[in-house]
Amino acid sequence: MTPSVIALAMIFAIVAVGSLIGFLAGVHRKMDLEQWTVGGRGFGPLLMYLLMAGEVYTTFSFLGASGWAYSRGGPTLYIMAYVTLGYVVSFFILPPLWELGRKHGLQTQSDFFNLRYGNKYLAATVSAVGVAFLLPYFQLQVTGLGIIVSAASFDAIPRTMAMVISVVVIAAFVFVSGLRAVAWVSILKDGLMLIAVIAIGVGVPYVHFGGVGPMFSAMARAHPAHVTMPGATTNLGHTWFVSTVLLTSFGLYMWPHSFVATFSAKSAETLRRNAVLMPTYTITLAFVFFVGFTAVLVAPGLTNGDLSLLTVVRQSFPPWFLGVIGGAGALTAMVPAAIFVLSAAALCAKNLYRPIFAPSMSDDSVAKLARVLVVVLSLISLYLSIYSSTTLVSLLLLGYAGVTQFFPGVVLGLFWPRASMSGIFVGLVVGVAMVAVLMLTNHDPWHGWSAGFLALCLNFGLAIAISLYAPVKIEGPLAARDASIPSSSGRKL
Amino acid sequence: MLVKRPSALALILGLIPFVAMCLSVALWDRVEPTILGVPFNLAWLIAWTPLTTFFLWLAYRVEITRENSLRGSE
Repeated sequence: MTPSVIALAMIFAIVAVGSLIGFLAGVHRKMDLEQWTVGGRGFGPLLMYLLMAGEVYTTFSFLGASGWAYSRGGPTLYIMAYVTLGYVVSFFILPPLWELGRKHGLQTQSDFFNLRYGNKYLAATVSAVGVAFLLPYFQLQVTGLGIIVSAASFDAIPRTMAMVISVVVIAAFVFVSGLRAVAWVSILKDGLMLIAVIAIGVGVPYVHFGGVGPMFSAMARAHPAHVTMPGATTNLGHTWFVSTVLLTSFGLYMWPHSFVATFSAKSAETLRRNAVLMPTYTITLAFVFFVGFTAVLVAPGLTNGDLSLLTVVRQSFPPWFLGVIGGAGALTAMVPAAIFVLSAAALCAKNLYRPIFAPSMSDDSVAKLARVLVVVLSLISLYLSIYSSTTLVSLLLLGYAGVTQFFPGVVLGLFWPRASMSGIFVGLVVGVAMVAVLMLTNHDPWHGWSAGFLALCLNFGLAIAISLYAPVKIEGPLAARDASIPSSSGRKL
Repeated sequence: MLVKRPSALALILGLIPFVAMCLSVALWDRVEPTILGVPFNLAWLIAWTPLTTFFLWLAYRVEITRENSLRGSE
């Protein structure tokens, strides 16, 4: 057997086992809209931990983080800081969000905005912006999967073909089983990824240098400035680091799918304990960095840094092991991609189409429409993946710059009664517009600052200023409920 | 009030990892001294992942204690 056949057979076997687990998890449950999107709100601590790890540890942390360690150097450390700090933010905002979700039957982010601000156009805008910026994240997974399959085939399978196959598998997988399937496949995916990452993080430097320490000594001699900021870049210095870490850690739980996952928890307590434990998971990123840094020394000159991890694995280990790494990588692309497309479809059907175009639509019809949208969104992402080329990290940063613009609406909405619909709406629209202008004209970073962070500051400023000047009026179902029933502590809105 | 606000003490405990891993970057972003061969900046971040869990656990204790005493006083 040729090396490519061995590697590909291994990947195929791992993906097949993962898909089988997914299908079995969905088989014996009756699927209504709530079961399909938030798993019937019954996920205990273990499933929750896996689901949350499953969506944060994507092919981005696998290929993208090593890719930036290779091509950018020190700035890649932002990833380790932001994921850890994102959990700190989640500790404070997810439990109260879950409480509101249970009390008012919320399923999506847009439901929250509708409840808090009582304006269906704001809620629909939130859905549209969420789906728009989720697409680059989805595209990232498809691109990553394409890289894995073509690298494992020793470039025999063209990347486009590999992407078509993976998109079909993802869509079929989501179609049959919904969120519960995804949580169970995460078990396999996280187990494999943990083993794979530690094995290559220790193994790759060992094979070439005899250990992690000697590898960094060699790095200090060959490229003394590579592992600090700005590394191999000129504009990713400390200002960029601080502004980007703040932007992305505030944004870690602003993704539409994170809200869906939050509402699927069994209790607020589960979410809080998870937030305490999750940072421990980010240590695995250090191993990914080790591989990317080793690649700088042993595989110089790659045009695309995202290929660096698989290139050194291919150079350092037998083909079957490349297959195991590829299989783990494939699942880390498929599981999150399934979550993204599921959330995006639910948002489009339930929070964009129904309230604006067909208010009398039944839940069953919405569920059917969501399934059709899974296919539509998959095809759009496939198209984007095939016809654009950018690094995985850049794709993710684009997504973050967009979704973090929800942060003021969520945080002020939860904790500041004066936050008004008009303030939040104006802040969001201006923030998103600024992101679009700066990023489309290649002005990220702008004067050393993350463009998304500057947009977030403007967004916050406008939201607060307008809320202070606009008359205080709580709108929407929250107002009616809380005005008639004083809360137990005697305080009202 | 829409929801319970976290206590000031819990917020301060949550702020500590932000200072350590983000705002103070200029102080720790260097190669020397290496820790077990790992550059100082990466070793610093590695150390702060379990430390973040530790500080969040403290914040968790603070919140639990406060909630129990609130429930007890009702």
